[in-house]
Amino acid sequence: MPSISPFRWAVLFALAVPFSGAVAAAAAVAPAKVQQVSISNFVFSPQVITVTAGTTVVWTNADDDPHTVTANDKSFHSTAMDTSERFSFTFTRPGEFAYFCSLHPHMTGKVVVKG
Amino acid sequence: MDQDQTPGVDRRTLLTRCAGWAGSAAVYTLAGGLVSSVGIDAALAAGLKSGGGKAKPFTFVQISDTHLGFDKPANPNVHATALQAVERINALPQQPDLILHTGDITHLSKEAEFDDARQILSGLRAPVFYVPGEHDYLDEGQGKAFLAHYGKGTQGNGWHSFDHGGVHFVALNNVANLKPGGMAHLGEDQIAWLKRDLSGLSASTPIVVFGHIPLWTVYEAWGWGTDDSAAALEQLRRFGSVTVLNGHIHQILHKVEGNVTFHSARSTAYPQPAPGAASSPGPLKVPTEQLPSMLGIRSARFVPGMSPIALIDSSFA
Repeated sequence: MPSISPFRWAVLFALAVPFSGAVAAAAAVAPAKVQQVSISNFVFSPQVITVTAGTTVVWTNADDDPHTVTANDKSFHSTAMDTSERFSFTFTRPGEFAYFCSLHPHMTGKVVVKG
Repeated sequence: MDQDQTPGVDRRTLLTRCAGWAGSAAVYTLAGGLVSSVGIDAALAAGLKSGGGKAKPFTFVQISDTHLGFDKPANPNVHATALQAVERINALPQQPDLILHTGDITHLSKEAEFDDARQILSGLRAPVFYVPGEHDYLDEGQGKAFLAHYGKGTQGNGWHSFDHGGVHFVALNNVANLKPGGMAHLGEDQIAWLKRDLSGLSASTPIVVFGHIPLWTVYEAWGWGTDDSAAALEQLRRFGSVTVLNGHIHQILHKVEGNVTFHSARSTAYPQPAPGAASSPGPLKVPTEQLPSMLGIRSARFVPGMSPIALIDSSFA
């Protein structure tokens, strides 16, 4: 087994500590990867949002009228969100997920999930 | 009392008709843009003669969009304004034989809101017939709560018809199973039922259709229309008098298309902007003192042999 000089230990340690710290920080951040969509004036904004797999999208209703977030294929749906209420959904697989408001079906949006 | 009439009625007629409704013995109807009047006794006699014992003059009322549960600045007390509607109806000089509620009974389809509606509307002295609005379809069962309260004896997801005083009333549900990017929707099953329902009627039978979202396209960008209404209207075209009543847009609008007249009603809860007049169709906040003039009820008077049915919109001002 090759020996490692005290100097090289020091270098490895110096490299490893910040690196492991970065890994720990990334591990803590990853589950909280969040993107916001606002619902205001009967519009989803942004109307099309592109995220990476594992992202949680949070919709917040800023209108005085309730709205829903309902997937066209019914794979996810909120209950009625009154003013200031939120709905979140985590997208785990890549694809395009079109959705609409089941009260006001002219309101449409899409989440594009990249792998 | 602030009142609005069907189209083509000038101020003088309006005043005359208000006087008629205030209790004098006259009935006014609108036919082909001309207003005619007959004494009430003559109208009753005509009704008895032409009605074959069944048709008779009568009044009915439309209320809409009570939105019980709404508590935003546009009207923080919709409970009180719904009660006001009941008081106004009970004070009408000619009491209605029946009342139509054209939907959005509740704001969020919550059980407490349906209970509140039941308690408030139990103050009415005539039977109430309901159609759902999209706000009555927000429960997890998507309409099960509405049907549990009001679906008894109805077909499909709440559509039904009945006859009264020689008029055939048709209740439609155009808020179920709405499609992405679309407007209101009736669906093939309901349209097939409508065809069967109307098939045995003579073309001279006056028809009243009531539903929540307008059956004509008021403003597509806001979803104010019904995407398959043409198929329903096709079934109605052969009738001499068709009156289509709706809510949803919280304001009075009229349209005439041949023998079919369309009328949207005020809400008892809060106003909404005129089509395209705001960035969205959301609740319109007006100065508190203006609110009563933008809420109201609608009376309708049917006199056999005189069509179309005469409507009077009364605000709470």
